[in-house]
Amino acid sequence: MALPQELEALTQAFSGHGVDEKSLISILGKWHPEETKTFRKGTPHFFIDDERQFERWNDERVRLLKHEFMRFKNAVVLWAMHPWERDARLIKEALKKGAKRHEAYGVIVEIACTRSSEELLGARRAYHSLFDHSIEEDVASYIHGNDRKLLVALVSAYRYEGSKLKDDTAKSEAKTLAGAIKNADKKLIVEDDEVIRILSTRSKHHLKSVYKHYKEISGKHLDEDITDLRLKETVQCLCTPHTYFAKLLDATLKIEVDKNTKKAPTRVIVTRADVDMKEIKNEYHKLFGGSLSNKIEEVANGNYKDFLLTLIARGG
Amino acid sequence: MATIVAPLNFSPVEDAEALRKAFKGWGTDEKTVISILGHRYSYQRKQIRQAYEELYQEDLVKRLESELSGDFEKAVYRWILDPTDRDAVLAHVAIKSDNKDVIVEISCIYSPEELLAVKRAYHNRYKRSLEEDVARHTTGDLRKLLVSLVSTFRYGGDETNARLANSEAEILHDAIKDKKLNHEEVIRILSTRSKSQLIATFNRYRDDHGSSITKHSLGKSSDGFHKALRTAIHCIDDPKKYYVKVLRNAIKKFGADEDAITRVIVTRAEKDLKDIKELYLKRNSVPLEQAVAKDTHGDYKDFLLILLGKDE
Repeated sequence: MALPQELEALTQAFSGHGVDEKSLISILGKWHPEETKTFRKGTPHFFIDDERQFERWNDERVRLLKHEFMRFKNAVVLWAMHPWERDARLIKEALKKGAKRHEAYGVIVEIACTRSSEELLGARRAYHSLFDHSIEEDVASYIHGNDRKLLVALVSAYRYEGSKLKDDTAKSEAKTLAGAIKNADKKLIVEDDEVIRILSTRSKHHLKSVYKHYKEISGKHLDEDITDLRLKETVQCLCTPHTYFAKLLDATLKIEVDKNTKKAPTRVIVTRADVDMKEIKNEYHKLFGGSLSNKIEEVANGNYKDFLLTLIARGG
Repeated sequence: MATIVAPLNFSPVEDAEALRKAFKGWGTDEKTVISILGHRYSYQRKQIRQAYEELYQEDLVKRLESELSGDFEKAVYRWILDPTDRDAVLAHVAIKSDNKDVIVEISCIYSPEELLAVKRAYHNRYKRSLEEDVARHTTGDLRKLLVSLVSTFRYGGDETNARLANSEAEILHDAIKDKKLNHEEVIRILSTRSKSQLIATFNRYRDDHGSSITKHSLGKSSDGFHKALRTAIHCIDDPKKYYVKVLRNAIKKFGADEDAITRVIVTRAEKDLKDIKELYLKRNSVPLEQAVAKDTHGDYKDFLLILLGKDE
């Protein structure tokens, strides 16, 4: 390969999700010192021109690079983990991160609402073993804002999993939600007791029926009419999980996103590979045109990329 | 310790046949029903039901419902069900009849796994979750308290945190003293902390303020929320003393509250009714059997006494 192309390939090897181990070995491993110097001079976002006449690695970049090298390792560790331990650790991490960055609490909503009753229960058991506390007590004591009531209720849920439901109850609860949304400027909807009751105690079948009735009553989808982020995520995860996951993957499988956002594809793919990845792939295709695997090819590198592609190919 | 007296060797087939005989003809031989069922553990009663079904293609439970009546029938019906199914039924009846105590008892006295088993049994029987029914039938702070209590899956280990015990004892004390309870915090503490942690917190409370939290929470406030809160504290702090109080109140009440008497005796007979009996005697100077015998009658009374461990 000629030098300009090699420079380009190497820059690629370091950017996006994960690193391209093969290129690093075949290019960087073979270069003479002058070629490496040319690389350092030609990549000002990786190397800074130091006043003492040498090209210095940008510290922040090295830190970020460490995350990229670890992306494959983290995916493997997460994949091998028991699903209960996975979810317990993800929730604990979200609680810690969420103090500074509230979006992290979205992971708690995601886990509480997309897992089955028994899976969520298992996560609660694992959490006892790992952290000597219950999820609900930690969520209740770490979180102080408007979200607390909703999140505690969601992680405590042990929903009926059957398909029996009363259609008129679903219809009247859709009306209740519509009323709460209309009043949202007077009364904070994320703290509305009736809204929390419906979303955190009813079965998923029942809620899908509520979702349907809401559309009939108000013309729009329930999550579209809600502005509160956590509540929106709650409805999406409970009623249209495949759409939620497809959209999340599209938003996070990008090259220029921050390191926290970059964790989402690993989490989604590892946790859904053996559950409903097929449906998520279909939904992704429906919403965005291309295939999920093409998208991963575009933005991910090396072993990490191969691992993700292998995981999403399981189950067809 | 349990109070019921049951043989280790028994024949479910023989029992089923004897029960069948008791049902034959006009009326029912209640004595036989009492003397068999009152002397069988739950796993044995289950086998008798299976044997009865195989022999006579009939559900023993339904047959008992139609043969017996009144308080006696209610007691036998509850007794013959599987323990977790029974609790699900008791919870459902309580929700419908607005009896908060039962919900608080189940969520605060039972272990996390026992509470979970009741919730599963509730799914199976009623095709809904216990939480959604409790939520649907309550409002405001009472709803928040009861739904939180019922939803919880407490950490079941012994780890406690002294710093937390200290700070949360303070929060509880302020809330009780001020009477304008900071409901959110009180609900959070009582419904999410582990039993061990709560006991540590209650002990800290006693050390700091001289009196037990249960005593201090006995306010005059009689609205649903405060009553349920006191019940929750009492149930967590000292469940056996709580049951003694329930029995005492049920017996003292004019006309006697048979539902409460039945509930305590039937649900605890195979668990800790012996301890409850001893505590009852200590606190009331009269044996529980005597008090029950004085205020109940007929077959119902005989059945209760057998469950209480009476020698025949």
